[in-house]
Amino acid sequence: MNKPANAPARNTKVMNRFDLTSRLVAKLKHQEAVIGGIGNTNFDLWAAGQRPQNFYMLGSMGLAFPIALGVALAQPKRRVFALEGDGSILMQMGCLSTIATLQPKNLTMIVMDNGIYQITGAQPTPAAVVSDIVAIAIGCGLANSAWAADEEDFERLVDQSLSASGPSLIGVRIDDKPGTGATRRDPVQIRERFMLGLGVREAL
Amino acid sequence: MAAAEGQTSSQSSHKRASPEKTSAEKTSAEKTWHEVVLQTLKRNDIRLVPYVPDRVLTTLIKDLHADPFFTTFPTAREEEAVGIVSGAWMGGLRGAVLMQTSGFATLANVLASLAIPYQIPLILFVSERGTLGEFNYGQSLVCRTMRPVLDSLAMEHHTATRLDEFEFIVDRSIKQAIATQAPVALILSPLLTGGKVFDK
Repeated sequence: MNKPANAPARNTKVMNRFDLTSRLVAKLKHQEAVIGGIGNTNFDLWAAGQRPQNFYMLGSMGLAFPIALGVALAQPKRRVFALEGDGSILMQMGCLSTIATLQPKNLTMIVMDNGIYQITGAQPTPAAVVSDIVAIAIGCGLANSAWAADEEDFERLVDQSLSASGPSLIGVRIDDKPGTGATRRDPVQIRERFMLGLGVREAL
Repeated sequence: MAAAEGQTSSQSSHKRASPEKTSAEKTSAEKTWHEVVLQTLKRNDIRLVPYVPDRVLTTLIKDLHADPFFTTFPTAREEEAVGIVSGAWMGGLRGAVLMQTSGFATLANVLASLAIPYQIPLILFVSERGTLGEFNYGQSLVCRTMRPVLDSLAMEHHTATRLDEFEFIVDRSIKQAIATQAPVALILSPLLTGGKVFDK
């Protein structure tokens, strides 16, 4: 087997999902949309503060980036963030090429990489030891992809993505901690509140 | 899933209206099925059309790309396209997904965990392989799973076989999906499209 090409990741600090999610949410001042992927990713988004512009996935593993792409296409003036786990992105890698082709200017993707399926018992993903998700994203045509070295670098990359001329992807290495909160499992209310938050609907 | 083998049958016989039909029927019958899809999408302001291609859908896909009204592009998987149009609808942009029977077979999880429970008016056009002259046994097997999956989810679906009622089915199904916030699958039978036959 080839030597792993993820030298930058090896030098990257192992951070915490809830801390990084909280840092992102604290930066959102312009009703930015945030799509939280299945499991711990959206549990931590929920725990970081329940904004009306947050969408929480209760299934459809792997679709945080496609859903975010749809929102970004529908509302090109709104900044859209998508939070996804490494196991999830492995399930839907083709979407990276779709996004690279469409080049939405208003989409920032964040991959929370702990190398495990934490929620099912911390089993390692098939990519855990050998694959570099940021290198994969670059290979898919997402030139604006980088590992965050530490928390400050993560915040810098988020700020940088806001003025990028195309989509950005930020990889963060995280620990094996479970999510901090638990999303209320009410799909219709989640969807309706999100549409209210995006200005698509008016309250009943 | 869209192998280059085989060809789409000609539907030129549908292009001419028979003399005994009323003028309203003539207008409908003079269109091809794919013109009906494109125009009905447009009339219902459905602008976003991601797809995984199928031989039968070739002309429709080409015409969607040629029309600046539509944002249309290929996706790597059908569920990816479902995610995209779901997000777009929540953001105020209507969409529909084009695929083949075997592609529909990959959607049970996303229908059951996104489109249906979140009440998203997902509109699917499925070009039907696997019946009425299928030459690939795998296609005929996977085709048999499609309607049981739709029925087990109690999802609205129609199989379009006739050009004269096609516009009614498409237009009313789109309107019902949006009004009731429930997904719909429109299955395009070889009786409508000519299907794909192995003749070389």
